[in-house]
Amino acid sequence: MATNLPASQAQGGIGTAPVPTTEHADHLHEHDEHHDQHWLWKYVFSQDHKMIARQFLITGMLWAIIGGALSSLFRLQLGWPEATLEWLQPLLGKWIEGGKLNPEFYLALVTMHGTIMVFFVLTAGLSGTFSNFLIPLQVGARDMASGFMNMLSYWFFFLSSVIMFSSLFIETGPAASGWTIYPPLSALPQAISGSGMGMTMWLVSMAFFIVSQLLGGVNYVTTVINLRTRGMSMSKLPLTIWAFFLTAILGILSFPVLFAAALLLIFDRSFGTSFFLSDIYIAGQALHNQGGSPVLFQHLFWFLGHPEVYIVIMPAMGMVSEILATNARKPIFGYRAMIGSLIGISLLSFVVWAHHMFVTGMNPFLGSVFMFLTLIIAVPSGVKVFNWLATLWRGNIRFTAAMLFAIGFVSLFISGGLTGIILGNATLDIQMHNTYFVVAHFHLVMGSSAFFGLFAGVYHWFPKMFGRMMDEKLGYIHFWLTFVGVYLVFMPMHYVGIAGFPRRYYSWTGFDAFSQFADLNKFISAAAIIAFFGQFVFIFNFFYSIWRGRRATENPWHSTTLEWTTPIIPGHGNWPGEIPAVYRWPYDYSKPGAEADFIPQNVPYSQTASSNLPYERELED
Amino acid sequence: MSALTILLVLVLLLVVFGLLFRLQILTSIFSGTYVREIGMSNRINAMLMLVFMVVGGAAFFWSFSENFSKMNPPIASVHGHAMERMFWTTMTVIGIAFVITQALLFIYSYKYQHKEGRRAYFFAHNNTIEVIWTIIPAIVMAALIFAGWKAWTRITGPAPKDSVVVELMGKQFNWLVRYPGRDMKLGVVNYRLIDASNDFGFDLSDKSALDDFTTTEIHVPKGHPVLIKIRSRDVLHAVYMPQFRVQMYAVPGMPTRFWFTPTTTTDEMRARLGNPKFNYELACNQICGKSHFAMKATIIVDEPDDYQAWYAKQSPNSANADMMASYKQTSQQAGLGKGGTMGAKAAAIEETGETPAAPLSSQATM
Repeated sequence: MATNLPASQAQGGIGTAPVPTTEHADHLHEHDEHHDQHWLWKYVFSQDHKMIARQFLITGMLWAIIGGALSSLFRLQLGWPEATLEWLQPLLGKWIEGGKLNPEFYLALVTMHGTIMVFFVLTAGLSGTFSNFLIPLQVGARDMASGFMNMLSYWFFFLSSVIMFSSLFIETGPAASGWTIYPPLSALPQAISGSGMGMTMWLVSMAFFIVSQLLGGVNYVTTVINLRTRGMSMSKLPLTIWAFFLTAILGILSFPVLFAAALLLIFDRSFGTSFFLSDIYIAGQALHNQGGSPVLFQHLFWFLGHPEVYIVIMPAMGMVSEILATNARKPIFGYRAMIGSLIGISLLSFVVWAHHMFVTGMNPFLGSVFMFLTLIIAVPSGVKVFNWLATLWRGNIRFTAAMLFAIGFVSLFISGGLTGIILGNATLDIQMHNTYFVVAHFHLVMGSSAFFGLFAGVYHWFPKMFGRMMDEKLGYIHFWLTFVGVYLVFMPMHYVGIAGFPRRYYSWTGFDAFSQFADLNKFISAAAIIAFFGQFVFIFNFFYSIWRGRRATENPWHSTTLEWTTPIIPGHGNWPGEIPAVYRWPYDYSKPGAEADFIPQNVPYSQTASSNLPYERELED
Repeated sequence: MSALTILLVLVLLLVVFGLLFRLQILTSIFSGTYVREIGMSNRINAMLMLVFMVVGGAAFFWSFSENFSKMNPPIASVHGHAMERMFWTTMTVIGIAFVITQALLFIYSYKYQHKEGRRAYFFAHNNTIEVIWTIIPAIVMAALIFAGWKAWTRITGPAPKDSVVVELMGKQFNWLVRYPGRDMKLGVVNYRLIDASNDFGFDLSDKSALDDFTTTEIHVPKGHPVLIKIRSRDVLHAVYMPQFRVQMYAVPGMPTRFWFTPTTTTDEMRARLGNPKFNYELACNQICGKSHFAMKATIIVDEPDDYQAWYAKQSPNSANADMMASYKQTSQQAGLGKGGTMGAKAAAIEETGETPAAPLSSQATM
């Protein structure tokens, strides 16, 4: 089992010299014995990181369908505010009143769409899937540091999912105060019905979600630090692992703060405390609460909330770096600069949270400080983009579906990232705050980009996950539909934002100032709904290929990293024999003098005399 | 029944799609194209990258210019003009970066598509280039930060001493407006004193509250600094006046503020836009509940003389018999009133650093 990992494997530490091991052979037999496990332990309560990764992926996909469907519902309302939605009555029941969507339910849809996409899809579904799947395979470990904790991580996520999902069906409706759940709205059931039972379930669900994240995060960090195979120094790690590693650290440091905020909010809601409440007169009654500060909640929330967007995007950045290099058949440009920029982004991500709060009544001096820190983050982000471009330059590009999504990621990251320079500027944020400009910005830079990273990852590592290939042609169709769709949705949304349209509005018809874009909103809605249905091409491809796809070879993309040295479907323990040792960095693509256009990490320099660079000659023996 | 039919049609379509898909795979296996790793589709995708750039770029340019006139709300405040300039300058800077990087991305993708027999150029790093593309964005950012910081400190700095004071109080789902009256002092309010006839919760034992008056429309004079004091009495709201480029949250328990100088009267703006129905609007821009989207108020910018005339016509709290009567009752019940509880005291210690002068005193001497 995972907990009985060979001691010899735990010889990590930065720059450890290769140590010969002899004990692996003994453990082989042990791993073979696990083949005839009961299905319950193999598929359900599995401690195998690869199975847990698949569980995260499929749960995440289900959530993505739900989250996407919710967005289609509210886009219907925004695109066609006059239309009757009677036909949705069988699905939504009492939330359709006289052919109209209930405005409170509209807010619930927006809230749940945000919560689901940010946390359940792009945090658990993306980082949960690929951190689990790739960390042990790429660092050369038989499993996670603690398989049991890893299993718990999934099941806490599952529990959290069940609670959040159930909250969609309760009488008073799910949480409806925005995914940022700012009190007092989220604290007072008198203020909105979603702040009753729905909000309680939201908070409980998120508490379990945070437990899941922490269990996972501790495992990822420990595995990367301690379980790297012989020769796998930190400076030989694939960029994916660097990204997962830093993401896990961000999660460990920031999620507990959200937990604290949620706990204090539970106290305010249920036990009469006044952490976030003060001077409130609502529903004909003056509340007793005094001295609390709603702004305090915002600080606590965004202390997680901002690192959270990097938790979402960094794994995608890591995978995209890997996929671009593999398919351009070229080393990633500026490997160390890429690591440096990831570290820079990670550090900065902790000191920019208040840029979400420029106009919330926070001291303007703080605004200046946070504007400064926020705009600095453009520098490491820019470095990453330039390095990706330089990686493509003079490459020999194969357009696999994964590669297309990786290129799409870079494009969307640029488009969405640049508008961050506007929003990070406190002066301009006075006008842009909470408008559709913000919505367009973050949907491109962290929503769609992270989704593209996720798709790229699925197409690329599907052969290792299921032993079969996904259909490339359907992949192309899926990519072009989604890529065009995303741009058609979010580019025009900037115009709506520049015009000052507020977000979370059920309809804009009451305002003269917001009356000019009815057609554009129809267009955006149509594009969004079509793009959403386009995703079923992917779903079909995914499930079809699991059972009927073309059989994969061991290393279908001619890639250099360790996961491709495992059998086509790696068993529990990953390598049937000894874990390969690592001799070189992961990006020896198209090295001059080499026979093939890639040299896997486990090939020693002594076997590649013809291609060794001068300083590598010393390492030949 | 119709739902069932639709469902059936969808399922059948799915089956047809699946069969066609299978057929296509089988034919490609027989024709031998299935196993070829890099072929026609690689060239097609490379070409599509270029097509996407050209067509997408053109479509973006067209739609942007087509919609440009609609996406600029008219500006009616002094700082609004400065913000607008900064916005479009920054847009130009990021626009340049956007065009360069996107063009390189798609052109490289097309140009360096797989070619049989070619090998990619092994080029792992170059510190000079890295330093250059770190420093250039850093300098650009520094310039943007500096400009943003200068404007931000000016806009959020203290309001001029002679500002006209208006207080807005957000509640689900409308805005309450009050003016300080003749004494130019906003009276004490206390949320415990709120009732049907006393929406603000005026503490009428405070003399300066007696001449305060409330209105439904917000009137402000043109060309004169206006300080908006902002409160909320239930949940978070935000004062958002797009034409004045003003936005600030209304926070229960924590008064906030924003000051600006209107430059164009409502009538002038109506004439300029050729829209006799035009009004400056105040929207709530922080989710506050069911009717968030309908939480609206109108702002009227008057010529200074009209403003003074309007101001003089308003009737103070002391003339509101209902409020006076109900105050007596509520304050006795709650044991509140001037010098009553700590709560009232806390509310009395307002954030008024400056004493507002008589309405438009500077105007009067002019």
